[in-house]
Amino acid sequence: MSLWLVIFLAGLLTFGTRLSFILLLDRIKVPGWFRRGLRFVPVAVLSGIILPDLASRNAVLDLSLRNPQLYAGALAVLVAWRTKNVLLTIIVGMAALLIFQVVLGLV
Amino acid sequence: MNETILPTTSRHEFWRGVRDEAPILLGVAPFGLIFGALAIDAQIAAPIAQAMSSMIFAGASQFIAAQMIGAGTSGLVILLVVFVVNLRHALYSASVAPHVRHLAPGWKFLLAYLLTDEAYVVTITHYNQESDPIHKHWYFLGAGLTLWTTWQVSTVIGIILGAQLPQDWPLGFVLPLTFIALVVPALKDKASIVAALTAALVGLLTFGFSFKTGLLVAAFLGILAGLLVEGRLK
Repeated sequence: MSLWLVIFLAGLLTFGTRLSFILLLDRIKVPGWFRRGLRFVPVAVLSGIILPDLASRNAVLDLSLRNPQLYAGALAVLVAWRTKNVLLTIIVGMAALLIFQVVLGLV
Repeated sequence: MNETILPTTSRHEFWRGVRDEAPILLGVAPFGLIFGALAIDAQIAAPIAQAMSSMIFAGASQFIAAQMIGAGTSGLVILLVVFVVNLRHALYSASVAPHVRHLAPGWKFLLAYLLTDEAYVVTITHYNQESDPIHKHWYFLGAGLTLWTTWQVSTVIGIILGAQLPQDWPLGFVLPLTFIALVVPALKDKASIVAALTAALVGLLTFGFSFKTGLLVAAFLGILAGLLVEGRLK
């Protein structure tokens, strides 16, 4: 299979996955629990991304107290909870990461 | 929902989407740069590397595909892996479906093409808070196009700069931070909190799973936990 064809088909598969339920939910009747479950999709997917992201460095799990991302992440959760401000959460989180990297002697 | 009827409102929603997507670009752009550089490093021709960003348009799967192409993996295996890595987008598709139901097929196809992780989370957060029911697809379009443009441009720059780019880039940390900023305010009830904690914990336990399948398991168990708590509270 030529590389161009592989990329094209991979794109088509990804597009089909993204389009799947947008078209399907118009045509099929889904059970009530399915509809109710949809409201949990963003919180579940995001949380499933966030914690492993914070807890790993260079693709290796690091749950030790020497992982600066855990502190920066916890602080970001606090800022997001109190302020609901996306930009402030990012700024405080990045600043905390840099500071904790220095404090922990990683830089 | 014609632009000519209510031009100011659709334009307003579009630019709101652009503005809300902007902070996340700080985390996305470095990944686009690194992808371009990595693809060239894997001996992938520049036009093909760029086609990966415009046709597949899904960061994680592009990184894995580029590595597999470099390693000479067969096309069928690459297709299967890309499909599995991007399966989570079916969840996003189901999640946005009720919001785009009224749109013409052309809009549905366009928004489906733009349904990346980063455009999805910004858009669905907006939809769940408050949104103009008639023009909210313009918000989605604004957020989606902003991310699309950033991804394409950063890929080009990554291809050109190649190996000159620094490898260890703390800017990638902007992504989980943005996700935190979006998810925390959404945790308003017990069921959502349980869904989030379950998914986070399962995500950690399934860290070693290949091809993002751990995230799928985490998302499904998180949704299930949320449904169970909600059912018990009723």
